[in-house]
Amino acid sequence: MHQDPTSAPAPVALAAPGAEQAVRRALADHGHLTVDASDIASIADLYALGLTSHATVNVMLAVENELDVEFPDAVLHRSTFATIESIAAAAEAAA
Amino acid sequence: MSTPVLDDPSVPVGPDTTGATTPVDRFALRAALVAEVAARHADEVDRDARPPREAIAAMKEHGLLAAAVPTALGGEGATLAELSTIATTLGRACAATGMVFAMHHGQAMALWRHGGVGLGVTAMTEAVLAGALVASSTTEKGIGGDARRSTCAIEVSTAGRIHLHKEAPVISYATEADAVFVTARRDPDAAPSDQRLVVCLPEDTTLTQTSTWDTLGLRGTCSNGWVLDADTHEDRVLRDDYATISAQTVLPVSHVLWASVWTGIAAGAAERARQAVRKQARAAVGTTPPGALRLAELLVELQTLADAVRHAAERFDRSADDATVLGSPAYALAANALKIAASERVVDIVTTAMRIVGIAGFAATGPLSIARHLRDAHGAAVMVSNDRLLQNDAALALMSGALL
Repeated sequence: MHQDPTSAPAPVALAAPGAEQAVRRALADHGHLTVDASDIASIADLYALGLTSHATVNVMLAVENELDVEFPDAVLHRSTFATIESIAAAAEAAA
Repeated sequence: MSTPVLDDPSVPVGPDTTGATTPVDRFALRAALVAEVAARHADEVDRDARPPREAIAAMKEHGLLAAAVPTALGGEGATLAELSTIATTLGRACAATGMVFAMHHGQAMALWRHGGVGLGVTAMTEAVLAGALVASSTTEKGIGGDARRSTCAIEVSTAGRIHLHKEAPVISYATEADAVFVTARRDPDAAPSDQRLVVCLPEDTTLTQTSTWDTLGLRGTCSNGWVLDADTHEDRVLRDDYATISAQTVLPVSHVLWASVWTGIAAGAAERARQAVRKQARAAVGTTPPGALRLAELLVELQTLADAVRHAAERFDRSADDATVLGSPAYALAANALKIAASERVVDIVTTAMRIVGIAGFAATGPLSIARHLRDAHGAAVMVSNDRLLQNDAALALMSGALL
């Protein structure tokens, strides 16, 4: 999707910083990415950075656990987990 | 487990890029709105064994009770496959609401499929189009649960007027209905199986309650016992005999829609099981909790049930106007097979779900309680006893095999 996912400009944050930090921590612990989760642009394509569907489940659980939220069924599809921003936004919406 | 994906504008994500397409379902949003109302009152409806009035009002408001009226008559012409999906959505929220929807359609569809052009019948179709709720009285005291035999007979009183007197062991949601469809022998000299179906409106009917529905499950259907006396006009009698109406419409439609509701009960229980396992998984991210394997197994069962139900619905839709197919022994066996199999499976699925959840599922109340689902699920094998159906099947099985 993005030519160089790590160098995308920082977008206007849609989600609170807390949610985004939780997502970054979950990605660092469970994402098995090829890069450091703290350096990724929030709109970078995570699948291009090595996120697998199996790892996605654990990322979701870790975010749910840290933020004490539950992602509703309606958002449980691939595009929700494509970027840090979209995961954080879904977590915020579920709060 | 996937839920019907709603067209929810609040979901803050871009278009799904997985390639999965959301099927266009013209009833999904309305069914979800009614289900939301039903879910809100489900525990109270169950506890107090009172009719799901709020959900019935919502079904009327959103046209779900009129959904199957043919387009030629001004309706939406819902297929049985569409009704099946609605019934599952409702049953998942509140089994009593789902059963009201299912029982209504099993009768209402007889109007335009078998009613003929008598004014009393076509006026009832108009009423259904406007949202009327239809109840039924098919079983009778002293008959032993067989809907295909009656003691009650149509008696001609004066020119054009008829009288019915029936001791009904159960009439579901009678107090909420805008009409009760009643089986009766064609005349006082007719054989027990020579039946007709009569539209009885509240203003023509006196109901005297004889027993109270206080059951383990499906409590909100309020299937109390009544003595029914109706004085009405002969044009309220449907054109076809009830043997035809039952074989071609009431039985196949009812079995599919009941099974659809039970699938909803099973899905509701499975949903709670999944919530419980997800909670366990969150506590130790990275390790799959033991319940997850059971959950995966449960979803195999649930998917098999859902597929069987939808397939049966589509089979009806394909042959809906083919009297030869619908009247065949093989078709009757298939319709009974769905009812029997689904009613057994729903109990198994809900029981497994309760074990996956554990104590919170065993609890009588609470967000993860499976108690209501389990009690409702047991109604499935009892309402029209599986043994009775098997007894009917035993004769048919000598004539015909399964539809493969």
